[in-house]
Amino acid sequence: MREGEADPGLYDFKAWRGRPKLTWPDGKTCAVWVAPNLEFYELDPPANPHRKSWPKPHPDVVGYSHRDHANRVSHWRMADAMSKHGFPGSVSLSVALCDHIPEVVEDANARGWEFFSHGIYNTRYSYGMDEAQERAIIEDSIATVKRATGQTIRGWLAPALTHTPRTLDLIAEYGLDYTCDLYHDDQPTDVKVASGQLTAIPYSLEVNDHYGFFIYNMSPREYADTLIRQFERLAAEGEDSGTVMCIPLHSYLIGQPHRIGPFEEVLKHIAADGRAWIARAGEIVDSYRGQVDG
Amino acid sequence: MTLDPAYLQYPKRQRGMDHGHYPYSRFDTRPPVHWPEGKSVAIWPVISLEWFPILPDDEPFRAPGHMQTAYPDYRHYTAREYGTRVGLYRLLDAFEAVGAKVSVATNSAIAERYPEIVEAIIAAGHEIIAHSTDMNGTIASGLPEDDERALIAQSLDTLERVSGSRPRGWLSIARSQSFNTAKLLAEAGLEYMCDWVNDELPYRFATEAGEIINIPLNHELSDRQIVNVQQQSADSYVQQMQDAYGWLAGEAADHGGRMLPMHLTPYIMGLPYRMDVFEGLLRWLADQPGAWFARGDAILDSWSAQQ
Repeated sequence: MREGEADPGLYDFKAWRGRPKLTWPDGKTCAVWVAPNLEFYELDPPANPHRKSWPKPHPDVVGYSHRDHANRVSHWRMADAMSKHGFPGSVSLSVALCDHIPEVVEDANARGWEFFSHGIYNTRYSYGMDEAQERAIIEDSIATVKRATGQTIRGWLAPALTHTPRTLDLIAEYGLDYTCDLYHDDQPTDVKVASGQLTAIPYSLEVNDHYGFFIYNMSPREYADTLIRQFERLAAEGEDSGTVMCIPLHSYLIGQPHRIGPFEEVLKHIAADGRAWIARAGEIVDSYRGQVDG
Repeated sequence: MTLDPAYLQYPKRQRGMDHGHYPYSRFDTRPPVHWPEGKSVAIWPVISLEWFPILPDDEPFRAPGHMQTAYPDYRHYTAREYGTRVGLYRLLDAFEAVGAKVSVATNSAIAERYPEIVEAIIAAGHEIIAHSTDMNGTIASGLPEDDERALIAQSLDTLERVSGSRPRGWLSIARSQSFNTAKLLAEAGLEYMCDWVNDELPYRFATEAGEIINIPLNHELSDRQIVNVQQQSADSYVQQMQDAYGWLAGEAADHGGRMLPMHLTPYIMGLPYRMDVFEGLLRWLADQPGAWFARGDAILDSWSAQQ
């Protein structure tokens, strides 16, 4: 990015109208990817001077144990529902989860899910890191996921969405292909980086389950309806040029007993619709690059 | 400014949890739990019965639902009292109508001030869970250990004196604990606590003073969260509880007994315009063939006998 300038210079402006037609495999109009956040939060993390880890004094029992529900209970519920309806995950991973609870990581790997890094812990933030420190967490992420899963990570979602001005340049330099941190479009976009090539894949805050339940205060059925409306619109507009819909999830939210049933109906709806290319993040980036790089 | 190098050191990055209270345990592959009479879902109603002094205390924090305006906050003082005088009795009648025994998480100040309430709860066959002293009795790190020990003792001693038996369970205000709480609860002889929400069945929680069982009281499936915080209607609350029950009953068919916590607040659910649909929910639940309405101690005993 152009550090210190009013326009960070992340990408070129490109109007939604009149774009070249993107097409997805088999004539599908909307690429749908599901992004479960598989995370580990620390009970008593060190303080980052730029952001508090927990809103309450440690131990924040509800905050911590709510998130621990993910690894004990709700990951399994969510993952089974996804597999049942043919949705692989592209995982936003706190890579320390590979050390703490390899059961969850191995399960995701066995289901054919793709991993990208969401930092070491979701209680360690990038704010204030110097370049060497930031390189250390990128190198740690690449090595840890490789060791635990055999996969080479291709993407990045900053830990707890904390960035520095050099993050995008660095992940491109390390050969990562995509970032999930930019929310300016419903199609993949080229990001301007110092070296290498980086694609912004549409993630979503707006239909993220955390936003649905805690920013917009939706009921489980309202959230499910929101996802279906999001899909219907993007699938229709994708007739002109293929769109991308991401469903970012936290199992400790979507996997609660009052939410998982309505959510499963969404997966059933999208899978049965016929217009969805149900894919992993890397496949979407590859398809996009194959069409624009030609 | 560069971060301290310690910020990139991870001394607890290891197999399992980053603390010693419990090992990791995967929920869906555990040996199945069997509830009495072959029931599939234990429905655990917990009513929080609270007394808010009109002089709020902010140390270590002000309890949810506490006074909000400048002194004297008649508005919130009396609206909370409404729950105790009126709403609670509506809820007790509603549970009696379906024959359900419930847990009532009770401030000890309620027992001191209104012993007839405790008498009615006990006479109806419900359980008293200790719920601190009054709504100024919040716990968090920063509360001196001796003060916390004394607060727990005062709550238990008072509830025992008024109710005739010592509570076996504990619920902290806002489920908030210090690093000492679980140890102090075990030290005080409590058998279970309800504060940690990381599971959907009881599990063992280790402390320096021995073990205590945590029975997770899902904070999301509460009238406070759904109606007050998320501003959804009582009808939506009912739908969500029915959806939760339906899902858990389905899991129980393959995985063994499940538990549906139902955390209620008299000044929230006990209002006239919410009660009809809430009573409808209780009737619907009572009609489900797999439903077992249970007190916390009954869930504890059934689960413990199978471990």
